[in-house]
Amino acid sequence: MATLADGPDALTGGKETPAPEAVVVRFAGDSGDGMQLTGGQFTLSTALAGNDLATFPDFPAEIRAPQGTLFGVSAFQINFGSTDIETAGDQPDVLVAMNPAALKTNVGALKAGGLIIADSGEFNKRNLEKAKYEVNPLEDGSLEKWQLLAFDISALTLEAVKPFGLGNKEALRCKNMWTLGLALWMFDRDRQPLIDWLNAKFKKSPVLAEANIAALNAGHAYGETAELAGPLKQYHIAPVESEPGLYRTVTGAEAISLGLVAGAQLAELPMFFGGYPITPASAILHNLAKLKEYGVTTFQAEDEIAAIASAIGASYAGQLGVTSSSGPGIALKGEAMGLAIMTELPLVIVNSQRGGPSTGLPTKTEQSDLYQAIYGRNGDAPMPVIAARSPADCFDVAIEACRIAVEYMTPVMLLTDGYIANAAEPWKVPDPSAYTPFPAKFLTEKNGPDGELLPFARDEKGARPWIKPGTPGLMHRIGGIEKNPGTGNIDYSPASHQIMTDARKAKVDGVAKGIPPQDIALGDESDTLAVVGWGSTYGPIHQAVRRARRKGLKVSHIHVRHVWPLPENLGDLLKGYDKILVPEMNTGQFKTVLRDQYLVDAKPLNKTSGQPFTIAEIEAAIMHALGGDIGGEVDADATQLPSIKSVNP
Amino acid sequence: MNDMTPIAKFQTTIKDWETDQEVRWCPGCGDYAILKAVQRTLPEIGADPSKTVFVSGIGCSSRFPYYVESYGFHTIHGRAPAFATGIKLANPELDVWLITGDGDGMSIGGNHTMHILRRNVNTQILLFNNEIYGLTKGQYSPTSREGTNSPTSPLGSVDRPASPCAFALGAGARFIARGFDVSKELPSVLKAAHAHQGAAFVEIFQNCIVYNKDRFEDFAAPKGAEQNQLWVKHGEPMLFGSVKSGGIRGIALDTKTLSLKVVDVATSEDGTPDWQAAGVIVHNVKNRAVAHMLVEMPFGPFPMALGVIYDDPRPTYEATALAQDEQARAGKDANLAKLLGKGQTWTVGGTAADPV
Ligand SMILES: Cc1ncc(C[n+]2csc(CCOP(=O)(O)OP(=O)(O)O)c2C)c(N)n1
Ligand code: SF4
Ligand SMILES: [Mg+2]
Repeated sequence: MATLADGPDALTGGKETPAPEAVVVRFAGDSGDGMQLTGGQFTLSTALAGNDLATFPDFPAEIRAPQGTLFGVSAFQINFGSTDIETAGDQPDVLVAMNPAALKTNVGALKAGGLIIADSGEFNKRNLEKAKYEVNPLEDGSLEKWQLLAFDISALTLEAVKPFGLGNKEALRCKNMWTLGLALWMFDRDRQPLIDWLNAKFKKSPVLAEANIAALNAGHAYGETAELAGPLKQYHIAPVESEPGLYRTVTGAEAISLGLVAGAQLAELPMFFGGYPITPASAILHNLAKLKEYGVTTFQAEDEIAAIASAIGASYAGQLGVTSSSGPGIALKGEAMGLAIMTELPLVIVNSQRGGPSTGLPTKTEQSDLYQAIYGRNGDAPMPVIAARSPADCFDVAIEACRIAVEYMTPVMLLTDGYIANAAEPWKVPDPSAYTPFPAKFLTEKNGPDGELLPFARDEKGARPWIKPGTPGLMHRIGGIEKNPGTGNIDYSPASHQIMTDARKAKVDGVAKGIPPQDIALGDESDTLAVVGWGSTYGPIHQAVRRARRKGLKVSHIHVRHVWPLPENLGDLLKGYDKILVPEMNTGQFKTVLRDQYLVDAKPLNKTSGQPFTIAEIEAAIMHALGGDIGGEVDADATQLPSIKSVNP
Repeated sequence: MNDMTPIAKFQTTIKDWETDQEVRWCPGCGDYAILKAVQRTLPEIGADPSKTVFVSGIGCSSRFPYYVESYGFHTIHGRAPAFATGIKLANPELDVWLITGDGDGMSIGGNHTMHILRRNVNTQILLFNNEIYGLTKGQYSPTSREGTNSPTSPLGSVDRPASPCAFALGAGARFIARGFDVSKELPSVLKAAHAHQGAAFVEIFQNCIVYNKDRFEDFAAPKGAEQNQLWVKHGEPMLFGSVKSGGIRGIALDTKTLSLKVVDVATSEDGTPDWQAAGVIVHNVKNRAVAHMLVEMPFGPFPMALGVIYDDPRPTYEATALAQDEQARAGKDANLAKLLGKGQTWTVGGTAADPV
């Protein structure tokens, strides 16, 4: 793929610039500089221009980190292009650095020959000291391997907004719009949607709207004049060819929320959502709290145990109970999950995974809760687990979780992660009427052969009847103690425990019968190498396999949504490959599951730096695997978004 | 669904509330008497078994739901209040009774007890206080008195006990009552708890005959009961004792120390106690400050305060929360197709119709 940095002159006015297929831009600044907002709006304009895209917001764990410091840097990366984009990009082509700290923590990631746009107005002594620069990097030649464009964005912004009489602080807040204006010019974007958005955002204070628009226009105009003067060049990225339809951008947290609403509607149930704030899961609770009119009740509980307990209570009372958290909170919910398994009540548990154990990396991503999801409860406590592979995929996966929960009367865990939760991608708006409904059924009359009530009788799927309290004549008692296979009365007898343990397992195993067979995301049914992934590694694996196949390598990509129970054909499918490589953002959990289930020689490719895989890392691993050296550990990649290593080398 | 009209009176007898399950408490356990009191109360309040839900945690006491012919949910240790909250939010028409123990409700579940009370979820919360962990074979509990000998405190416990009623008041409870297992007054206390709209907290002293036998005999024994039990009644002076049992006494307010004190009450010639002269205070269930003092009265120098100590309703959590939800829903078009296509969208190929 031709990218901007393919030639040293690619972006700065060289003669034979190939039209790039894709560009990676990273906006980096102080947490107070509004970089997430700038990135978000740039994303929107990219989407409106018809490019495919993927984003990666990366912000500090601290809410208000001290200004100008290295750990206070907030970054937003976007990869967009005229071909399918599935990752936020390995290395940026363009870095916008709003201060010295942003430059220091991000420049290492920039492609050789890439473009740095820096606000020289912020490279003063104080800020240089805070960023631990002894000399000004804009002046000492240390940035030679990149193209550098440094100018005083602060002063230019102040100048642009002068007519509006804002205070100095307020005026400087418009800097991000100035920068955005320049970026819009660079990629030949329409300013009007931004102007509309600013007018709407600052409806109450038109002066601020006008000032921001003036800054946006000034940045744009600067591009035009600078081009006349020399180094900056304008690029037009052609729109991607996509299926006709209505599109929007969506983050994983949004898509999960919408998918849960859709799932509850397909089940014809009101939804009860019990949650307790935790990063990065809170956004789902925030989103759903605003969707009351869709039959949603949200409840901010006193802790995660109460959150799941209230959701189970609501399911018991006949609603679709949902709860959501991240690692530490999921750990707290474990005992209650066991109760939902034991009482066989529907429940959806969303786990937005983050780096662990313990508090771990609250704002960074990881896939290390897979064991916890599949095995992490006391007793033989089988529970279906499904995983979303991208922000948009969260919608369908959330619906699938609701379906399994309601049809099989079981808790279901939906795995997503910090990367998917925050990242955005274009989404072809689905038509909800295209989904098959799975209406919940409630028992209204005694179901036993002799006219008695059997709350633990089973249907052909192994599911017990759902009996709402309030139903006349069906009074019965349920609980966490082992029970009689039919009546559900307390029954500790050896036979009952054996029968019930088997029945619970058979029911969950049976979920595999109702799911599509495992497909091959890319490649052939038998090949030399299968790269098998689950969850948010989809993008980098897919691109890496695509690149390798273009080179003629015999490698295929298999991506598993139903991680428990696994699709019935997966074992046979895997046996068609000579080698199996399992890239995961953990120390090899799914690899172990595959080995256990199929006795296949699955090899791990592990990364636990809190950052998603790059395409290059997986590509390299594919090359090694085909050369005989399969699997291993990927080092923390300094070229990725700011990490502790790049901040504190 | 959010219609708060009172549940219609339903005709049942005590038998209708008995299940076919074999009751598994130790013979002589106070839980039997509480079960009977509840089963006696339910017909009297016109409860409908199919709309009644007993929710419990874990402990001997929490086995209770299995023995009541209604809906029942035996959950996990300490968390029953959270299950009950979800049940009430999902279906506020259900009449929810929450059964917990001193370990279940004050130790592992103390946090949830606090929150169901401050939220004021419309439930009856019966805390069976036997001052011991019964089910796990007799370890001391958060309500055990200092010096309690138990398998985990062979030299006597050194931590000071918590007072469930004081805790409940501190958490913002709007109804506090006390009774004990074999008391004839228990059904009337339960009735008042049920009549209260909101979280009604009832501490029931319960004799664990195996691990904490006769722990409450000092005030619960019939002998000396008159002198040892203060049954408070709204609008009536706080009197206890009798001439026969050694004198009529009452509770008065020491205005100097702003604390309660026991005063002797003289009787006038016709035998009626002259409580006004003695300064005995009249029980007002809406007086929160006095409620605090009553539940903190140390037994010994004072009698044990029993009955409905505090009852001052406030809007319930589920009514308020669900009314707010209704308001948020009012006039809004819940069209999922539209919601999915919300925000800034774009059309590829110009063929897509806007979703409706
Ligand atoms: C999570 C958990 N921890 C511990 C236990 C063991 N356990 C069961 S009941 C109980 C204490 C019960 O005491 P209390 O609530 O006073 O009930 P009682 O038996 O006295 O009625 C304990 C510690 C458990 N079931 N679950
Ligand atoms: S151990 Fe105590 S509380 Fe438990 S059933 Fe026996 S007597 Fe009752
Ligand atoms: Mg106890």
